[in-house]
Amino acid sequence: MSNSKPKLAMYWAASCGGCEIALANIHEAILEIDSHFDFMFCPCLLDTKKSDIEALPDGAIFLTLFNGALRTEENLEMAELLRRKSQVLVAFGSCAATGGIPALANHHGIASVLETAFCDAPSVDNPERLIPGISSHVPEGELELPPFLSRVLAVHEAVTVDYTMPGCPPEPEQIIAVVRHVASGVPLPPAGSLLGCSDRAVCDECQLEKRNVLAERLIRPFGAVPEPGWCLVEQGFSCLGNATRGGCQALCPSAHMPCTGCYGALDRDADPGAVALSALAAALDPGDTAGRDEAALHARLAGALAGVADPLGTFYRYSLAATVVADRTPEVDQ
Amino acid sequence: MSQRITIDPITRLEGHGKIEIFLDDSGEVANAYFQVPELRGFESFCVGRHAEEMPNITNRICGVCPEAHHMAAAKAVDAAYGVECLPAAKRIRELIYSSFYVTDHTTHFYCLGGPDFIVGPDAPASERNVLGVIRKVGLDIGKQVIDCRKRNHELIKQLGGRGVHLCGAVPGGWAVALTREQQAEFRTCAEQNVAFARFSLQAFDDIVLKNREYLDLILSDLYRHETHSMGTVDAAMAPNFYDGTVRVVDTLGNEIALYEPASYLDHVAEHVEPWSYLKYPYLKRFGWKGFVDGQESGIYQATPLSRLNVADRMATPLAQAEFERFYETFGARGAGPNGRNLPVHHRLATHWARLIELLYAAERMAELLDHPDICDPNVRRAVEARAGVGVGSVEAPRGTLTHHYETDERGVLTRVNLIVGTTNNNAPISLSIMKAAKGLIHGGKATEGILNKVEMAFRLYDPCCSCATHALGKAPLELVLRRAGNGELLDRITRG
Repeated sequence: MSNSKPKLAMYWAASCGGCEIALANIHEAILEIDSHFDFMFCPCLLDTKKSDIEALPDGAIFLTLFNGALRTEENLEMAELLRRKSQVLVAFGSCAATGGIPALANHHGIASVLETAFCDAPSVDNPERLIPGISSHVPEGELELPPFLSRVLAVHEAVTVDYTMPGCPPEPEQIIAVVRHVASGVPLPPAGSLLGCSDRAVCDECQLEKRNVLAERLIRPFGAVPEPGWCLVEQGFSCLGNATRGGCQALCPSAHMPCTGCYGALDRDADPGAVALSALAAALDPGDTAGRDEAALHARLAGALAGVADPLGTFYRYSLAATVVADRTPEVDQ
Repeated sequence: MSQRITIDPITRLEGHGKIEIFLDDSGEVANAYFQVPELRGFESFCVGRHAEEMPNITNRICGVCPEAHHMAAAKAVDAAYGVECLPAAKRIRELIYSSFYVTDHTTHFYCLGGPDFIVGPDAPASERNVLGVIRKVGLDIGKQVIDCRKRNHELIKQLGGRGVHLCGAVPGGWAVALTREQQAEFRTCAEQNVAFARFSLQAFDDIVLKNREYLDLILSDLYRHETHSMGTVDAAMAPNFYDGTVRVVDTLGNEIALYEPASYLDHVAEHVEPWSYLKYPYLKRFGWKGFVDGQESGIYQATPLSRLNVADRMATPLAQAEFERFYETFGARGAGPNGRNLPVHHRLATHWARLIELLYAAERMAELLDHPDICDPNVRRAVEARAGVGVGSVEAPRGTLTHHYETDERGVLTRVNLIVGTTNNNAPISLSIMKAAKGLIHGGKATEGILNKVEMAFRLYDPCCSCATHALGKAPLELVLRRAGNGELLDRITRG
């Protein structure tokens, strides 16, 4: 089927399908995509097969929105294939950009993931501690499963990414804005840029009032009932809005829930967890430090930070692929 | 020499579920394997997290049904921290959840499972999709489906905080209360949902039940299995999606278990096969007997059909009338033990059961919104973390969903176990595929029509291997016949 419109593809690797649902949630505007593009490959929505993609000349796809992290060899192959076939490859959503939730597995390692699921889960009946493998003999022949990569990768760790569109998932309004921009023919920003987000923090989009007070200590979402209309950080909640890139219109804080950082660090070159922690620490009241000894200061700090019992899941929730912190390799496991 | 047929339901991404069928020397089906070649490992990497963050982490298991994981996680955290959910917050959770059910069942009926019937199982593949449904039922239906998704999505976003991965759950409560304006707006939404559900049931009646050929297909042995049924019920033994006790009835309709979700380990265990990353739950009372159905097998199903099979009634009046008509149609009404209905084992009836659930969910929304305290602002309170064990369970659209957490004194997770909706049906899906393949593929021959009828055997479960087969659109198939020894290509049929 020939089509003179530029080809658009959307692929999912290790992901949940939420990026596709975000696209579907542009509702009627999905017809605009159809009018501007030949939407020719999207496993969730359309029927084109991998072999059809392989048959295309290199660069035949104008734009590929690649979502999901790379967990299996097959995910990696698809990233390489779509990179070859696409003029513009976008890492779409938090998993593709920085690993997202699936990359939390990098702290545990694949061996631990498999043992937990198949041997140690309380409901499992598996006395022989059998773990599914890439090749199994059954009476009728051999059955195969794709092998896992030793760690979860963000897409840019495997192939060149032209643009990154953050969010878990990217907000529908941002998706349609990017599609309109690309369709308009207006030149695209320099390669490597972020699309579909703000260059300011979530805090800048947040309507909650800042009273310029420091919080005494950090508390978890269940630790207090937040006062409506007042900045969550100033109330002590571990809201990452100050260190996180905007573009979502501060959805979570608007519902009185802390920002968990899904649009990624505002400063792309910085370690995402470190900047989030620094931003929160700066919002804490150090108290009266005059004349107090170091031990007392440490105790004060520890108390203030006791509201974060899981720094990794709080500050690196979506970024454990592309960051080196807590990256457990097989050597470290041993 | 034996042959092999590979059906890749989502050919372009082998990572999300495939079927391998082996043929014997005479070209008859020797065995069929449904494989799930994907695992992300939430049970492992959620250890170490703040328990109260689980609603926001596990909703990323599935972007199509994040509401189910969000609610099951919220309930597991409530239990682990030892707090009761505030009444108004519980109503809001169930309201959101019912609204989600309306969108989810609508999507499945009009975009995935329904087209097989509405357009016809033998219609060209290019017609068997939502556009074909629109052509058959009328253009207005397309608009109604989009509107239904949109208005319920708006409710979920307003009350849940976000459009896809909602963020409203807090231990013992909900982040925001319902305003009077929202109550009025959502009441209209609920009424529109009820009307839409009735329209959908009428369409099913007119197009499917009044068509002898379709009815024969539903009643045919090809799509019939006798397995036990599981579902969550309220105190009056009516299905409830958000809360209740888990009831299991056997293949004959006898109640064989009624338990609090917290005791799930006494009733359910999971079998492991070396060739799939998805486990196989079964009833411990019978044990794992392999891939066989029947009264002595431990295999059960957890689907819209099984939820009706375990129920004595529906909790809302319009759904109750449909429930009675359903069992009447199959000659099963009141024909089981103790005056209960006999379980219906015709798997294609799951589509009809799904529409009855759609109607119940819509009626339930209206009931909740009419509650005098639905706008009670007291939805959130301060609680304390503690060392504890919590099991949270809801009926996900695709089956009973169980989250099991163990925490230390800081509320940090030390152990996590999950049995998700589709996993319950892993063994029944395998059985259904096997039966359809054996009944349809003969003499080494498979046609495109056969391909679709095999696909229908697993599509009725609305399987969510990673949401692959239940978003908008249909799963394309590729069927390859190869000679086992040298891999020689004998035949290739593609449909898409």
